[in-house]
Amino acid sequence: MEQEVQVNESLRETAHTRAAAEKVKPVEENEKINKYKELDQVIRLYSKEPGQLINILQKAQDIFGCLSEEVQSYIAEKTENPVSEINGVVTFYSLFYTEPKGKHTFDLCLGTACYVKGAQELMDSLKDLLKVDEGETTKDRLFTLKSTRCIGACGLAPVLVVDGDVHGKASAGEITKIIQAYRKGEKIEGTKH
Amino acid sequence: MKVQSIEDLKAVKEEYLPLIKQRLGHRNGLGSTQVMVCSGTACTSAASQDLRNGLQLEIERHGLKENVKVFKTGCFGFCQNGPIVMVHPGEVFYCNVKPEDAKEIVETHLMGGQVVERLLYRNVDNQVAQRMEDIHFFQAQTRIVLHNCGVINPEEIGEYIARDGYMALAEVIQKNNPREVIEAIKRSGLRGRGGAGFPTGRKWEMAAAQDVRPKYVLCNADEGDPGAFMDRSILEGDPHSVIEAMAVAGYCIGASQGYIYVRAEYPIAVKRLEIAIEQAREKGLLGKNLFGSSFDFDLGLRFGAGAFVCGEETALIHSVMGQRGEPRPRPPYPAQEGLWGKPTLINNVETYANIPAILRNGWEWYQGQGTAGSKGSKVFSLAGKINNTGLIEVPMGTTLRTIIFDIGGGIPGGKKFKAVQTGGPSGGCIPEKYLDMPIDYESLKEIGSMMGSGGMIVMNEDNCMVDIARFYLEFTQDESCGRCTPCRVGTKRLLETLKRITEGNGEIEDLELLEELSFDIRDASLCGLGQTAPNPVISTMRYFKDEYLAHIKDKNCPAGVCKELLNFVVDEEKCAACGICAKDCAAGAITGKPGEAYRIDPDKCSRCAACAAKCPKKAITRGPRKEEIINGNQGIRPGTVSPENRAAL
Repeated sequence: MEQEVQVNESLRETAHTRAAAEKVKPVEENEKINKYKELDQVIRLYSKEPGQLINILQKAQDIFGCLSEEVQSYIAEKTENPVSEINGVVTFYSLFYTEPKGKHTFDLCLGTACYVKGAQELMDSLKDLLKVDEGETTKDRLFTLKSTRCIGACGLAPVLVVDGDVHGKASAGEITKIIQAYRKGEKIEGTKH
Repeated sequence: MKVQSIEDLKAVKEEYLPLIKQRLGHRNGLGSTQVMVCSGTACTSAASQDLRNGLQLEIERHGLKENVKVFKTGCFGFCQNGPIVMVHPGEVFYCNVKPEDAKEIVETHLMGGQVVERLLYRNVDNQVAQRMEDIHFFQAQTRIVLHNCGVINPEEIGEYIARDGYMALAEVIQKNNPREVIEAIKRSGLRGRGGAGFPTGRKWEMAAAQDVRPKYVLCNADEGDPGAFMDRSILEGDPHSVIEAMAVAGYCIGASQGYIYVRAEYPIAVKRLEIAIEQAREKGLLGKNLFGSSFDFDLGLRFGAGAFVCGEETALIHSVMGQRGEPRPRPPYPAQEGLWGKPTLINNVETYANIPAILRNGWEWYQGQGTAGSKGSKVFSLAGKINNTGLIEVPMGTTLRTIIFDIGGGIPGGKKFKAVQTGGPSGGCIPEKYLDMPIDYESLKEIGSMMGSGGMIVMNEDNCMVDIARFYLEFTQDESCGRCTPCRVGTKRLLETLKRITEGNGEIEDLELLEELSFDIRDASLCGLGQTAPNPVISTMRYFKDEYLAHIKDKNCPAGVCKELLNFVVDEEKCAACGICAKDCAAGAITGKPGEAYRIDPDKCSRCAACAAKCPKKAITRGPRKEEIINGNQGIRPGTVSPENRAAL
């Protein structure tokens, strides 16, 4: 009897979630269509001039968040290029991603000036705190940890960039605070030194 | 209004000149005050935008809007002390200004007429410096390329014109003698500032000599060397100088289209370029029929997507065409066959920024500066273990000592200078004994480094040179595009060997291997990236061999950097037994009881150094791990052998 109830409940649950999924689906579908429409515009705008593939890819990444295989083959078809060529370009440049990033991106500068001032130790503590390796995203999809090449703010070394905000003269203690603040949903202003 | 002639240009100049004159110290009775706020990347990162808004708000609140104007300006170079604010008249130079200081500046200085002494810079002798000239950092500099940075608002073309901007272009077009211009650049002795130092005039001549049309002018703004940021600062502080020079180049070689290839990692530079190109088009200084002639020239922007190799000219050309940025063998040189297979002139940002100055002041003037083989000035970015991090411009032939100890203010914390790394991943580490050598292209090459783009990273006694070589190899190995084998595989093997040494598993034969491999990679690689990749290894082995030997023979890292060679020990006398270290140890390697000194188990210790950083008594020190590693390499682990066997070793 007890079992039966449980089964019934789980059935109801799946039915419920399925219904929810169906409800969500059209919205998602619509969003996707809109994104592709936006991409079409970008392609139309840029394909007038030769050599604009990198620009198209950059804009496509802004629209979709990353360049999945689906997006790559769509661009290939629209620009009349082989997919292999598109993929070759995507994988060559480090600013293109094929996997979606987390909600917030931590870019730690590992340029020489920052390295000399202890950026590697900061990287180690970031890995430790977020429990991910470089280039990975946390399980809750909140943070992506990356290293970046010199951003040219060597006067503030070591530098951590969170979603484009520069945190200069970063220390292990400060990094912990920044992570906590982002977990709580607060935004921390770039450090004012 | 479109600028059609030199007269039109002069009219624009007259309009903006009073503003500029006041900034240069003329008491011209302008009747208004100007507040210049640095908005380069470093100062922007330090909240200079909030500061600017704050100043504006305070000014409006006090009803000073009519008489006080706030302007953005380019990098002063004094990045360590940013954000920088300068107030004219009086040229008062404020450092480290925070948004909350806006009120005080407005109330005390702008309204009360009193300088806020708290925000002025203090020289080493503690003397207050009110003006730029009083600051030691600026005294030994000669600003040619950077002469507009910090003076003009980069987002206003009129201010550039007031500094005689676009005058060189106007005259070049009016005289209609491209050959004479190329000859002037040749005679000036200007050499490429991107690294290799190829004579710029010869490049222009080669591109001009080609009969094929169309031709293209390219600007290499893919500043990839970590620790170099001069090109970014020029683009942020004086973008029109590059645009003007590219138009001159277009006129001289017969090109009507140019592209600037700029890193996407430099958002502020990109924005300033977009604004500058738009304003130049509005003024008719880009587009069709420049200065009423039949010469057309326009510019486009292309963005890098994060590949270091794209700084190499043939790779850059591929990337501009939207392809994988892989280099190709030369010849044919880009001047013969470049973009879309057409003759292409390609120069670096700083090289272009020199051109208007040369044409305005004459090649004789330019040639009179610098050394026999290297003329003019060079912009260097100082970073690393140095007091005044920032951007400086000095005549060629200045000594490293002047740059590091005089302008740079020496090493912080009373530490000892160990080396300075020039030329980025392609350059080398220069030891103390060459500090008094005048630097130019040749002298740097002679001592195993290179000019490169002008990044200078200062290292002190706490930096391990083997680790630095490994760091650079990791960089080049990661950035190697994979096109040619010596670079792709060679850098990998080189890196593996270096890693082995830093982990305490190096053999004495590894030194020979490193050397042989380095020379092979240098000789056999396709492009500059591979050919220069072994330089950090060659130069550190040449000047810091003792450190390599310490790592290999003694299994010791003298600077205390290479973790695998370290042992963290608690100094029992200093330990207060507070237990903070044990709490923070992720590896659970620290044990102890209240009242007794704590201990670290070397087998469990992951050498993260967290405990040493947290210890309030500084009781945890790092020492060499020599014996343990030597035993380990011979298959002897702690606890696996009897004391007799150990003694026999």
